[in-house]
Amino acid sequence: MNAPLIIFFVLAAIAIMGAVNLILQSHPIHCALSLIVVMVALAGLYLLMGAEFVAAVQIIVYGGAIMVLFVFVIMLLNAGAEERTNISRLAGIAGLPLAIVLMGFIAAAVAQSTDRVQAAAQLGAPAPTKALAGLLFQEFVYPFELTSFLILVAILGAIVLAQREKN
Amino acid sequence: MTDFLALHAEIIITLVKIVLLLFIVLTVNAYLTWFERKVVAHMQTRWGPHRVGPHGLLQPLADGAKFLLKEDPTPEGVDKFTYFLAPLMALTLALTSIAILPFGPNPIHIFGRDIFLGIVDLNIGILALFAITALSVYGAALAGWSSNSKYPLLGGLRSSAQMISYELALTMSVVGVLLMAGSFSLRDIINAQAAHPERGILGWNVFPQILGFLCFFTAATAETNRIPFDLAEAESELVAGFHTEYASFKFAMFFIAEYTSMITISALCSIMFFGGWLSPFPASWTFAHYLPSAILIPFGLWVIWDGIRYETIFGRIILPGVGAVMALIGALLIVFPFINEFIQGPFWLLGKILFFLFFYVWMRGTLPRFRYDQLMSFGWKLLLPVSLANVVITAVVIMVRGH
Repeated sequence: MNAPLIIFFVLAAIAIMGAVNLILQSHPIHCALSLIVVMVALAGLYLLMGAEFVAAVQIIVYGGAIMVLFVFVIMLLNAGAEERTNISRLAGIAGLPLAIVLMGFIAAAVAQSTDRVQAAAQLGAPAPTKALAGLLFQEFVYPFELTSFLILVAILGAIVLAQREKN
Repeated sequence: MTDFLALHAEIIITLVKIVLLLFIVLTVNAYLTWFERKVVAHMQTRWGPHRVGPHGLLQPLADGAKFLLKEDPTPEGVDKFTYFLAPLMALTLALTSIAILPFGPNPIHIFGRDIFLGIVDLNIGILALFAITALSVYGAALAGWSSNSKYPLLGGLRSSAQMISYELALTMSVVGVLLMAGSFSLRDIINAQAAHPERGILGWNVFPQILGFLCFFTAATAETNRIPFDLAEAESELVAGFHTEYASFKFAMFFIAEYTSMITISALCSIMFFGGWLSPFPASWTFAHYLPSAILIPFGLWVIWDGIRYETIFGRIILPGVGAVMALIGALLIVFPFINEFIQGPFWLLGKILFFLFFYVWMRGTLPRFRYDQLMSFGWKLLLPVSLANVVITAVVIMVRGH
Protein backbone atom coordinates (compact mmCIF):
# COMPACT_ATOMS: atom_id res chain seq x y z
CA MET A 1 0.00 0.00 0.00
CA ASN A 2 1.88 3.03 -1.17
CA ALA A 3 0.65 6.60 -0.84
CA PRO A 4 -0.69 7.01 -4.41
CA LEU A 5 -2.70 3.80 -4.06
CA ILE A 6 -4.25 5.01 -0.80
CA ILE A 7 -5.12 8.35 -2.40
CA PHE A 8 -6.56 6.51 -5.39
CA PHE A 9 -8.84 4.39 -3.21
CA VAL A 10 -9.91 7.37 -1.10
CA LEU A 11 -10.79 9.41 -4.18
CA ALA A 12 -12.53 6.44 -5.81
CA ALA A 13 -14.54 5.85 -2.63
CA ILE A 14 -15.53 9.53 -2.52
CA ALA A 15 -16.60 9.40 -6.16
CA ILE A 16 -18.68 6.25 -5.67
CA MET A 17 -20.24 7.53 -2.45
CA GLY A 18 -21.11 10.78 -4.23
CA ALA A 19 -22.71 8.86 -7.06
CA VAL A 20 -24.74 6.65 -4.72
CA ASN A 21 -25.77 9.71 -2.71
CA LEU A 22 -26.84 11.38 -5.95
CA ILE A 23 -29.41 8.61 -6.46
CA LEU A 24 -30.52 8.39 -2.83
CA GLN A 25 -31.07 12.10 -2.16
CA SER A 26 -34.60 13.32 -2.74
CA HIS A 27 -33.91 17.02 -3.18
CA PRO A 28 -32.54 18.16 -6.58
CA ILE A 29 -30.03 20.57 -5.02
CA HIS A 30 -28.57 17.80 -2.87
CA CYS A 31 -28.35 15.61 -5.97
CA ALA A 32 -26.52 18.39 -7.82
CA LEU A 33 -24.12 18.80 -4.88
CA SER A 34 -23.40 15.07 -4.89
CA LEU A 35 -22.68 15.24 -8.61
CA ILE A 36 -20.21 18.09 -7.97
CA VAL A 37 -18.47 15.86 -5.42
CA VAL A 38 -18.21 13.11 -8.06
CA MET A 39 -16.76 15.56 -10.61
CA VAL A 40 -14.16 16.93 -8.21
CA ALA A 41 -13.17 13.43 -7.06
CA LEU A 42 -12.70 12.44 -10.71
CA ALA A 43 -10.53 15.52 -11.21
CA GLY A 44 -8.46 14.31 -8.28
CA LEU A 45 -8.05 10.93 -9.98
CA TYR A 46 -6.89 12.61 -13.20
CA LEU A 47 -4.43 14.66 -11.18
CA LEU A 48 -3.12 11.47 -9.59
CA MET A 49 -2.40 10.10 -13.06
CA GLY A 50 -0.48 13.26 -13.95
CA ALA A 51 -3.11 14.74 -16.24
CA GLU A 52 -2.99 18.22 -14.71
CA PHE A 53 -4.65 19.98 -17.60
CA VAL A 54 -7.50 17.50 -17.84
CA ALA A 55 -8.04 17.73 -14.07
CA ALA A 56 -8.25 21.53 -14.14
CA VAL A 57 -10.55 21.49 -17.15
CA GLN A 58 -12.71 18.84 -15.48
CA ILE A 59 -13.30 21.18 -12.53
CA ILE A 60 -13.68 24.34 -14.63
CA VAL A 61 -16.09 22.87 -17.17
CA TYR A 62 -18.00 20.17 -15.25
CA GLY A 63 -17.62 21.27 -11.63
CA GLY A 64 -17.93 24.94 -12.49
CA ALA A 65 -19.84 25.88 -15.61
CA ILE A 66 -22.18 22.92 -16.16
CA MET A 67 -23.09 22.29 -12.55
CA VAL A 68 -23.61 26.00 -11.89
CA LEU A 69 -26.13 25.88 -14.72
CA PHE A 70 -27.82 22.86 -13.09
CA VAL A 71 -27.98 24.59 -9.72
CA PHE A 72 -29.19 27.78 -11.36
CA VAL A 73 -32.05 26.00 -13.13
CA ILE A 74 -33.03 24.10 -9.97
CA MET A 75 -33.09 27.37 -8.02
CA LEU A 76 -34.96 29.19 -10.78
CA LEU A 77 -37.67 26.53 -10.98
CA ASN A 78 -37.68 26.32 -7.18
CA ALA A 79 -37.94 22.56 -7.48
CA GLY A 80 -38.99 20.84 -4.27
CA ALA A 81 -38.12 17.43 -2.92
CA GLU A 82 -39.11 14.55 -5.17
CA GLU A 83 -41.76 12.10 -4.12
CA ARG A 84 -40.74 8.51 -3.77
CA THR A 85 -42.49 6.20 -6.19
CA ASN A 86 -42.47 2.46 -6.46
CA ILE A 87 -39.93 1.09 -8.89
CA SER A 88 -41.55 0.56 -12.26
CA ARG A 89 -42.23 -3.04 -13.19
CA LEU A 90 -39.87 -3.00 -16.19
CA ALA A 91 -37.01 -1.77 -14.01
CA GLY A 92 -37.87 -4.39 -11.40
CA ILE A 93 -37.85 -7.29 -13.85
CA ALA A 94 -35.21 -6.32 -16.42
CA GLY A 95 -33.20 -3.70 -14.57
CA LEU A 96 -31.87 -5.64 -11.62
CA PRO A 97 -30.56 -8.65 -13.58
CA LEU A 98 -29.03 -6.31 -16.15
CA ALA A 99 -27.33 -4.31 -13.41
CA ILE A 100 -25.97 -7.52 -11.89
CA VAL A 101 -24.70 -8.67 -15.29
CA LEU A 102 -23.02 -5.30 -15.86
CA MET A 103 -21.38 -5.44 -12.44
CA GLY A 104 -20.20 -8.95 -13.27
CA PHE A 105 -18.64 -7.81 -16.53
CA ILE A 106 -16.87 -4.90 -14.85
CA ALA A 107 -15.65 -7.12 -12.02
CA ALA A 108 -14.38 -9.68 -14.54
CA ALA A 109 -12.58 -6.99 -16.51
CA VAL A 110 -11.00 -5.63 -13.35
CA ALA A 111 -10.02 -9.06 -12.11
CA GLN A 112 -8.48 -10.01 -15.45
CA SER A 113 -6.22 -7.00 -15.72
CA THR A 114 -4.93 -6.11 -12.32
CA ASP A 115 -2.03 -4.33 -13.98
CA ARG A 116 -4.44 -1.80 -15.45
CA VAL A 117 -5.91 -1.04 -12.06
CA GLN A 118 -2.36 -0.67 -10.86
CA ALA A 119 -1.69 1.65 -13.78
CA ALA A 120 -4.69 3.77 -12.85
CA ALA A 121 -3.31 4.12 -9.35
CA GLN A 122 0.23 4.87 -10.48
CA LEU A 123 1.60 8.29 -9.75
CA GLY A 124 1.94 9.53 -13.32
CA ALA A 125 4.56 12.06 -14.28
CA PRO A 126 2.88 15.40 -15.02
CA ALA A 127 2.09 15.37 -18.72
CA PRO A 128 3.13 18.62 -20.35
CA THR A 129 0.17 20.59 -21.62
CA LYS A 130 2.18 21.36 -24.78
CA ALA A 131 2.10 17.68 -25.77
CA LEU A 132 -1.66 17.63 -25.33
CA ALA A 133 -1.99 20.76 -27.46
CA GLY A 134 0.16 19.14 -30.15
CA LEU A 135 -2.10 16.10 -30.20
CA LEU A 136 -5.28 18.16 -30.32
CA PHE A 137 -4.27 20.81 -32.82
CA GLN A 138 -1.88 18.91 -35.08
CA GLU A 139 -2.38 15.17 -35.06
CA PHE A 140 -6.13 15.04 -34.42
CA VAL A 141 -7.00 18.46 -35.77
CA TYR A 142 -9.79 17.22 -38.09
CA PRO A 143 -11.72 15.24 -35.46
CA PHE A 144 -11.23 18.19 -33.11
CA GLU A 145 -12.64 20.68 -35.61
CA LEU A 146 -15.52 18.32 -36.43
CA THR A 147 -16.38 18.08 -32.73
CA SER A 148 -16.37 21.84 -32.39
CA PHE A 149 -18.63 22.02 -35.46
CA LEU A 150 -20.99 19.55 -33.78
CA ILE A 151 -21.11 21.74 -30.68
CA LEU A 152 -21.78 24.79 -32.84
CA VAL A 153 -24.73 23.00 -34.46
CA ALA A 154 -26.08 22.11 -31.03
CA ILE A 155 -25.78 25.74 -29.89
CA LEU A 156 -27.58 26.95 -33.03
CA GLY A 157 -30.29 24.36 -32.43
CA ALA A 158 -30.75 25.58 -28.86
CA ILE A 159 -31.06 29.19 -30.04
CA VAL A 160 -33.59 28.24 -32.73
CA LEU A 161 -35.70 26.31 -30.21
CA ALA A 162 -35.59 29.18 -27.70
CA GLN A 163 -36.54 31.73 -30.34
CA ARG A 164 -39.47 29.64 -31.62
CA GLU A 165 -40.96 29.51 -28.14
CA LYS A 166 -40.76 33.28 -27.86
CA ASN A 167 -42.69 33.77 -31.11
CA MET B 1 14.06 13.86 16.13
CA THR B 2 16.46 15.23 13.55
CA ASP B 3 15.83 12.16 11.39
CA PHE B 4 12.13 12.81 11.58
CA LEU B 5 12.64 16.46 10.64
CA ALA B 6 14.88 15.57 7.72
CA LEU B 7 12.49 12.91 6.45
CA HIS B 8 9.42 15.10 6.49
CA ALA B 9 11.11 18.44 5.82
CA GLU B 10 8.98 19.20 2.76
CA ILE B 11 5.72 18.62 4.60
CA ILE B 12 6.82 20.56 7.68
CA ILE B 13 8.04 23.52 5.62
CA THR B 14 4.79 23.56 3.64
CA LEU B 15 2.69 23.43 6.81
CA VAL B 16 4.66 26.28 8.37
CA LYS B 17 4.26 28.28 5.16
CA ILE B 18 0.50 27.61 5.12
CA VAL B 19 0.09 28.74 8.74
CA LEU B 20 2.19 31.86 8.14
CA LEU B 21 0.36 32.75 4.95
CA LEU B 22 -3.05 32.20 6.59
CA PHE B 23 -2.05 34.44 9.47
CA ILE B 24 -0.80 37.16 7.11
CA VAL B 25 -3.81 36.95 4.80
CA LEU B 26 -6.34 37.06 7.62
CA THR B 27 -4.60 40.04 9.24
CA VAL B 28 -4.42 41.83 5.91
CA ASN B 29 -8.11 41.05 5.41
CA ALA B 30 -8.98 42.62 8.74
CA TYR B 31 -7.02 45.77 7.92
CA LEU B 32 -8.44 45.81 4.41
CA THR B 33 -11.85 46.52 5.93
CA TRP B 34 -10.28 49.39 7.86
CA PHE B 35 -8.52 50.61 4.69
CA GLU B 36 -11.72 50.44 2.67
CA ARG B 37 -13.79 52.29 5.25
CA LYS B 38 -11.11 54.94 5.68
CA VAL B 39 -10.54 55.55 1.96
CA VAL B 40 -14.24 55.62 1.07
CA ALA B 41 -14.85 57.93 4.04
CA HIS B 42 -12.21 60.39 2.89
CA MET B 43 -13.63 60.28 -0.65
CA GLN B 44 -16.96 61.32 0.84
CA THR B 45 -15.35 63.95 3.14
CA ARG B 46 -15.98 61.94 6.30
CA TRP B 47 -13.48 60.70 8.87
CA GLY B 48 -14.29 57.01 8.81
CA PRO B 49 -13.43 54.88 11.86
CA HIS B 50 -11.47 57.01 14.34
CA ARG B 51 -12.75 56.11 17.81
CA VAL B 52 -11.07 52.78 18.51
CA GLY B 53 -7.36 53.49 18.67
CA PRO B 54 -5.47 56.21 16.78
CA HIS B 55 -6.89 56.59 13.25
CA GLY B 56 -9.33 53.81 14.17
CA LEU B 57 -6.52 51.30 13.83
CA LEU B 58 -7.99 48.96 16.44
CA GLN B 59 -11.39 48.93 14.73
CA PRO B 60 -10.78 45.56 12.95
CA LEU B 61 -10.03 44.01 16.35
CA ALA B 62 -13.27 45.38 17.77
CA ASP B 63 -15.16 44.15 14.70
CA GLY B 64 -13.62 40.70 15.03
CA ALA B 65 -14.59 40.45 18.69
CA LYS B 66 -18.10 41.55 17.82
CA PHE B 67 -18.40 38.93 15.07
CA LEU B 68 -17.35 36.21 17.49
CA LEU B 69 -19.59 37.29 20.35
CA LYS B 70 -22.83 38.02 18.51
CA GLU B 71 -25.74 35.63 18.77
CA ASP B 72 -25.81 33.22 15.85
CA PRO B 73 -29.44 32.28 15.22
CA THR B 74 -30.33 29.71 12.56
CA PRO B 75 -33.57 30.77 10.87
CA GLU B 76 -36.56 28.45 10.76
CA GLY B 77 -36.90 26.25 7.69
CA VAL B 78 -33.36 26.52 6.36
CA ASP B 79 -31.74 23.54 4.67
CA LYS B 80 -29.34 22.87 7.55
CA PHE B 81 -26.53 21.06 5.75
CA THR B 82 -26.33 23.47 2.83
CA TYR B 83 -26.84 26.47 5.10
CA PHE B 84 -23.70 25.58 7.08
CA LEU B 85 -21.78 24.35 4.05
CA ALA B 86 -22.14 27.57 2.03
CA PRO B 87 -20.03 30.01 4.13
CA LEU B 88 -17.47 27.27 4.79
CA MET B 89 -17.14 26.60 1.07
CA ALA B 90 -16.82 30.30 0.21
CA LEU B 91 -14.08 30.82 2.80
CA THR B 92 -12.14 27.62 2.09
CA LEU B 93 -12.03 28.14 -1.66
CA ALA B 94 -11.06 31.80 -1.33
CA LEU B 95 -8.20 30.93 1.03
CA THR B 96 -7.07 27.99 -1.14
CA SER B 97 -6.61 30.23 -4.16
CA ILE B 98 -3.96 32.26 -2.29
CA ALA B 99 -1.79 29.13 -2.07
CA ILE B 100 -1.09 29.12 -5.80
CA LEU B 101 0.37 32.62 -5.97
CA PRO B 102 4.16 33.07 -6.03
CA PHE B 103 5.34 36.05 -3.96
CA GLY B 104 8.97 36.45 -4.92
CA PRO B 105 11.56 35.39 -7.49
CA ASN B 106 14.34 34.11 -5.23
CA PRO B 107 14.25 31.37 -2.60
CA ILE B 108 15.34 31.95 0.99
CA HIS B 109 18.38 29.83 1.92
CA ILE B 110 17.71 28.49 5.37
CA PHE B 111 18.80 25.22 7.09
CA GLY B 112 20.49 24.30 3.82
CA ARG B 113 17.26 24.39 1.85
CA ASP B 114 15.81 26.70 -0.77
CA ILE B 115 12.43 27.89 0.41
CA PHE B 116 10.41 29.62 -2.27
CA LEU B 117 7.96 32.37 -1.39
CA GLY B 118 4.55 30.87 -2.07
CA ILE B 119 3.11 27.51 -1.14
CA VAL B 120 2.92 25.60 -4.41
CA ASP B 121 4.25 26.37 -7.84
CA LEU B 122 1.95 24.56 -10.24
CA ASN B 123 2.56 24.04 -13.93
CA ILE B 124 -1.09 24.81 -14.46
CA GLY B 125 -1.13 27.71 -11.98
CA ILE B 126 -3.59 29.95 -13.74
CA LEU B 127 -5.90 27.06 -14.66
CA ALA B 128 -5.94 25.85 -11.06
CA LEU B 129 -6.92 29.36 -9.98
CA PHE B 130 -9.74 29.40 -12.50
CA ALA B 131 -10.87 25.99 -11.28
CA ILE B 132 -11.10 27.33 -7.73
CA THR B 133 -12.91 30.46 -8.91
CA ALA B 134 -15.33 28.28 -10.86
CA LEU B 135 -16.27 26.42 -7.69
CA SER B 136 -16.47 29.48 -5.47
CA VAL B 137 -19.79 30.57 -6.97
CA TYR B 138 -21.47 27.78 -4.99
CA GLY B 139 -20.82 29.71 -1.78
CA ALA B 140 -23.16 32.52 -2.83
CA ALA B 141 -25.61 30.36 -4.79
CA LEU B 142 -26.10 27.76 -2.05
CA ALA B 143 -26.26 30.40 0.68
CA GLY B 144 -29.04 32.11 -1.25
CA TRP B 145 -30.94 28.90 -1.85
CA SER B 146 -30.59 27.29 1.57
CA SER B 147 -31.73 30.36 3.52
CA ASN B 148 -35.34 29.61 2.48
CA SER B 149 -36.09 33.29 2.10
CA LYS B 150 -37.01 35.43 -0.88
CA TYR B 151 -34.22 38.04 -1.00
CA PRO B 152 -31.34 35.61 -0.51
CA LEU B 153 -32.79 33.36 -3.24
CA LEU B 154 -32.82 36.28 -5.66
CA GLY B 155 -29.27 37.15 -4.63
CA GLY B 156 -28.11 33.58 -5.16
CA LEU B 157 -29.78 33.43 -8.57
CA ARG B 158 -28.20 36.69 -9.64
CA SER B 159 -24.84 35.55 -8.38
CA SER B 160 -24.87 32.30 -10.34
CA ALA B 161 -26.18 33.94 -13.53
CA GLN B 162 -23.48 36.61 -13.26
CA MET B 163 -20.84 33.97 -12.68
CA ILE B 164 -21.82 31.98 -15.77
CA SER B 165 -21.83 35.13 -17.88
CA TYR B 166 -18.52 36.58 -16.76
CA GLU B 167 -16.46 33.45 -16.32
CA LEU B 168 -16.18 33.02 -20.07
CA ALA B 169 -14.85 36.55 -20.57
CA LEU B 170 -12.52 36.13 -17.60
CA THR B 171 -10.98 32.98 -19.05
CA MET B 172 -10.75 34.26 -22.61
CA SER B 173 -9.14 37.56 -21.57
CA VAL B 174 -6.01 35.87 -20.20
CA VAL B 175 -5.45 33.69 -23.28
CA GLY B 176 -3.44 36.51 -24.88
CA VAL B 177 -1.06 36.55 -21.91
CA LEU B 178 -0.78 32.76 -21.98
CA LEU B 179 0.05 32.84 -25.69
CA MET B 180 2.78 35.40 -25.09
CA ALA B 181 4.28 33.46 -22.20
CA GLY B 182 3.71 29.99 -23.67
CA SER B 183 2.92 28.59 -20.23
CA PHE B 184 0.22 28.34 -17.59
CA SER B 185 2.68 28.79 -14.74
CA LEU B 186 2.48 32.17 -13.01
CA ARG B 187 6.24 32.17 -12.51
CA ASP B 188 6.83 31.65 -16.24
CA ILE B 189 4.36 34.42 -17.08
CA ILE B 190 6.37 36.88 -14.96
CA ASN B 191 9.69 35.64 -16.35
CA ALA B 192 8.37 36.14 -19.90
CA GLN B 193 7.80 39.80 -19.04
CA ALA B 194 11.38 40.07 -17.81
CA ALA B 195 12.78 39.15 -21.23
CA HIS B 196 14.08 42.71 -21.73
CA PRO B 197 15.25 44.02 -18.34
CA GLU B 198 16.50 47.27 -19.88
CA ARG B 199 12.98 48.25 -20.88
CA GLY B 200 11.57 48.18 -17.36
CA ILE B 201 7.88 49.06 -17.32
CA LEU B 202 7.62 48.89 -21.14
CA GLY B 203 8.21 45.14 -21.07
CA TRP B 204 5.05 44.45 -19.07
CA ASN B 205 2.13 42.63 -20.62
CA VAL B 206 -0.26 45.48 -20.00
CA PHE B 207 0.88 47.38 -23.09
CA PRO B 208 0.44 44.69 -25.76
CA GLN B 209 -2.48 43.21 -23.83
CA ILE B 210 -4.36 46.36 -22.87
CA LEU B 211 -7.65 44.94 -24.19
CA GLY B 212 -7.06 41.72 -22.32
CA PHE B 213 -6.29 43.62 -19.12
CA LEU B 214 -9.43 45.76 -19.30
CA CYS B 215 -11.60 42.69 -19.96
CA PHE B 216 -9.85 40.71 -17.22
CA PHE B 217 -10.16 43.39 -14.58
CA THR B 218 -13.82 44.03 -15.36
CA ALA B 219 -14.71 40.34 -15.40
CA ALA B 220 -12.68 39.73 -12.26
CA THR B 221 -14.51 42.52 -10.44
CA ALA B 222 -17.74 40.84 -11.45
CA GLU B 223 -16.45 37.47 -10.22
CA THR B 224 -15.59 38.91 -6.81
CA ASN B 225 -19.05 40.47 -6.53
CA ARG B 226 -17.65 43.95 -5.98
CA ILE B 227 -19.17 47.28 -6.93
CA PRO B 228 -20.25 48.02 -9.66
CA PHE B 229 -21.13 44.33 -10.07
CA ASP B 230 -22.44 43.56 -6.59
CA LEU B 231 -25.99 42.85 -7.68
CA ALA B 232 -26.00 39.64 -5.65
CA GLU B 233 -25.97 41.71 -2.46
CA ALA B 234 -27.47 44.97 -3.64
CA GLU B 235 -28.52 46.65 -0.40
CA SER B 236 -31.11 48.90 -1.95
CA GLU B 237 -32.95 46.02 -3.60
CA LEU B 238 -32.22 42.78 -1.77
CA VAL B 239 -31.54 43.83 1.87
CA ALA B 240 -28.12 42.09 1.85
CA GLY B 241 -28.61 39.58 -0.94
CA PHE B 242 -27.40 36.04 -0.47
CA HIS B 243 -26.10 36.53 3.09
CA THR B 244 -29.20 38.22 4.50
CA GLU B 245 -30.01 35.28 6.80
CA TYR B 246 -26.47 34.83 8.09
CA ALA B 247 -25.29 36.36 11.34
CA SER B 248 -22.22 36.45 13.52
CA PHE B 249 -19.20 34.51 12.33
CA LYS B 250 -20.91 32.89 9.35
CA PHE B 251 -21.51 36.40 8.02
CA ALA B 252 -17.88 37.23 8.73
CA MET B 253 -16.82 34.16 6.75
CA PHE B 254 -18.51 35.54 3.63
CA PHE B 255 -16.76 38.85 4.20
CA ILE B 256 -13.35 37.27 4.68
CA ALA B 257 -13.94 35.25 1.51
CA GLU B 258 -14.79 38.40 -0.45
CA TYR B 259 -11.74 40.31 0.74
CA THR B 260 -9.48 37.32 0.18
CA SER B 261 -10.65 36.97 -3.39
CA MET B 262 -10.01 40.70 -3.81
CA ILE B 263 -6.41 40.07 -2.77
CA THR B 264 -6.14 37.10 -5.15
CA ILE B 265 -7.49 39.06 -8.09
CA SER B 266 -5.21 42.03 -7.33
CA ALA B 267 -2.24 39.67 -7.22
CA LEU B 268 -3.32 38.05 -10.49
CA CYS B 269 -3.63 41.44 -12.20
CA SER B 270 -0.14 42.37 -11.00
CA ILE B 271 1.36 39.04 -12.02
CA MET B 272 -0.21 38.66 -15.43
CA PHE B 273 -0.31 42.21 -16.71
CA PHE B 274 1.94 44.35 -14.51
CA GLY B 275 5.11 42.31 -14.32
CA GLY B 276 4.53 40.71 -10.93
CA TRP B 277 7.70 41.25 -8.89
CA LEU B 278 9.53 43.11 -11.67
CA SER B 279 10.58 46.68 -11.02
CA PRO B 280 9.08 49.29 -13.35
CA PHE B 281 12.52 50.86 -13.75
CA PRO B 282 15.12 49.66 -16.26
CA ALA B 283 17.65 47.25 -14.76
CA SER B 284 20.46 49.83 -15.08
CA TRP B 285 18.82 52.18 -12.56
CA THR B 286 20.37 50.59 -9.49
CA PHE B 287 19.52 53.57 -7.30
CA ALA B 288 15.85 52.52 -7.57
CA HIS B 289 16.74 49.60 -5.29
CA TYR B 290 16.80 52.05 -2.37
CA LEU B 291 13.12 52.85 -2.85
CA PRO B 292 11.91 50.49 -0.06
CA SER B 293 14.24 52.29 2.38
CA ALA B 294 13.24 55.68 1.01
CA ILE B 295 9.63 54.83 1.79
CA LEU B 296 10.10 52.93 5.05
CA ILE B 297 12.37 55.41 6.88
CA PRO B 298 10.28 58.60 6.44
CA PHE B 299 7.05 56.67 7.03
CA GLY B 300 8.46 55.11 10.20
CA LEU B 301 9.59 58.52 11.46
CA TRP B 302 6.16 59.94 10.71
CA VAL B 303 4.47 57.11 12.62
CA ILE B 304 6.71 57.84 15.65
CA TRP B 305 5.90 61.56 15.48
CA ASP B 306 2.20 60.82 15.00
CA GLY B 307 2.07 58.32 17.88
CA ILE B 308 3.59 60.71 20.40
CA ARG B 309 0.68 63.11 19.96
CA TYR B 310 -1.76 60.58 21.44
CA GLU B 311 -2.31 60.08 25.13
CA THR B 312 -3.35 56.42 25.00
CA ILE B 313 -1.02 53.46 25.52
CA PHE B 314 -1.54 52.30 21.93
CA GLY B 315 -0.66 55.76 20.61
CA ARG B 316 2.23 56.56 22.97
CA ILE B 317 3.99 53.21 23.01
CA ILE B 318 2.89 50.86 20.25
CA LEU B 319 2.72 53.34 17.37
CA PRO B 320 6.23 54.77 18.02
CA GLY B 321 7.46 51.20 18.47
CA VAL B 322 6.06 50.16 15.09
CA GLY B 323 7.47 53.31 13.54
CA ALA B 324 10.90 52.65 15.03
CA VAL B 325 10.87 49.06 13.68
CA MET B 326 9.93 50.35 10.21
CA ALA B 327 12.68 52.97 10.20
CA LEU B 328 15.14 50.36 11.50
CA ILE B 329 14.23 47.91 8.73
CA GLY B 330 14.65 50.72 6.22
CA ALA B 331 18.09 51.50 7.62
CA LEU B 332 19.07 47.80 7.69
CA LEU B 333 18.15 47.47 4.03
CA ILE B 334 20.71 50.18 3.22
CA VAL B 335 23.37 48.54 5.39
CA PHE B 336 22.87 45.00 4.05
CA PRO B 337 22.58 45.14 0.25
CA PHE B 338 21.90 41.40 -0.13
CA ILE B 339 18.73 41.66 1.97
CA ASN B 340 17.80 44.70 -0.08
CA GLU B 341 18.24 42.72 -3.30
CA PHE B 342 16.08 39.93 -1.92
CA ILE B 343 13.34 42.30 -0.80
CA GLN B 344 12.98 44.01 -4.21
CA GLY B 345 10.69 41.36 -5.75
CA PRO B 346 8.22 41.03 -2.88
CA PHE B 347 8.32 44.83 -2.42
CA TRP B 348 7.16 45.55 -5.96
CA LEU B 349 4.60 42.73 -5.99
CA LEU B 350 3.07 43.87 -2.70
CA GLY B 351 3.13 47.48 -3.90
CA LYS B 352 1.20 46.53 -7.02
CA ILE B 353 -1.28 44.40 -5.04
CA LEU B 354 -1.84 47.36 -2.73
CA PHE B 355 -2.43 49.63 -5.71
CA PHE B 356 -5.09 47.30 -7.11
CA LEU B 357 -6.74 46.98 -3.71
CA PHE B 358 -6.88 50.77 -3.59
CA PHE B 359 -8.32 50.71 -7.11
CA TYR B 360 -11.10 48.37 -5.91
CA VAL B 361 -11.95 50.74 -3.08
CA TRP B 362 -11.71 53.70 -5.42
CA MET B 363 -14.26 52.08 -7.73
CA ARG B 364 -16.52 51.47 -4.77
CA GLY B 365 -16.31 55.13 -3.83
CA THR B 366 -16.96 56.29 -7.40
CA LEU B 367 -19.12 54.02 -9.53
CA PRO B 368 -22.85 53.39 -9.27
CA ARG B 369 -24.20 49.85 -9.49
CA PHE B 370 -25.14 48.37 -12.86
CA ARG B 371 -28.75 47.64 -13.69
CA TYR B 372 -29.32 43.91 -14.17
CA ASP B 373 -29.95 44.01 -17.93
CA GLN B 374 -26.93 46.30 -18.35
CA LEU B 375 -24.84 43.76 -16.48
CA MET B 376 -25.90 40.93 -18.79
CA SER B 377 -25.54 42.83 -22.06
CA PHE B 378 -22.19 44.24 -20.92
CA GLY B 379 -20.85 40.78 -20.23
CA TRP B 380 -22.15 39.00 -23.31
CA LYS B 381 -22.16 41.76 -25.93
CA LEU B 382 -19.03 43.70 -25.03
CA LEU B 383 -16.59 41.77 -22.84
CA LEU B 384 -16.83 38.39 -24.56
CA PRO B 385 -16.43 39.66 -28.18
CA VAL B 386 -13.59 42.00 -27.18
CA SER B 387 -11.70 39.28 -25.32
CA LEU B 388 -12.20 36.88 -28.25
CA ALA B 389 -10.92 39.54 -30.67
CA ASN B 390 -7.93 40.01 -28.36
CA VAL B 391 -7.11 36.30 -28.60
CA VAL B 392 -7.26 36.38 -32.41
CA ILE B 393 -5.17 39.57 -32.69
CA THR B 394 -2.54 38.28 -30.28
CA ALA B 395 -2.31 34.93 -32.06
CA VAL B 396 -1.95 36.58 -35.47
CA VAL B 397 0.72 39.01 -34.26
CA ILE B 398 2.71 36.21 -32.61
CA MET B 399 2.46 34.11 -35.78
CA VAL B 400 3.51 36.98 -38.06
CA ARG B 401 6.47 37.82 -35.84
CA GLY B 402 7.40 34.16 -35.97
CA HIS B 403 7.93 33.15 -32.38
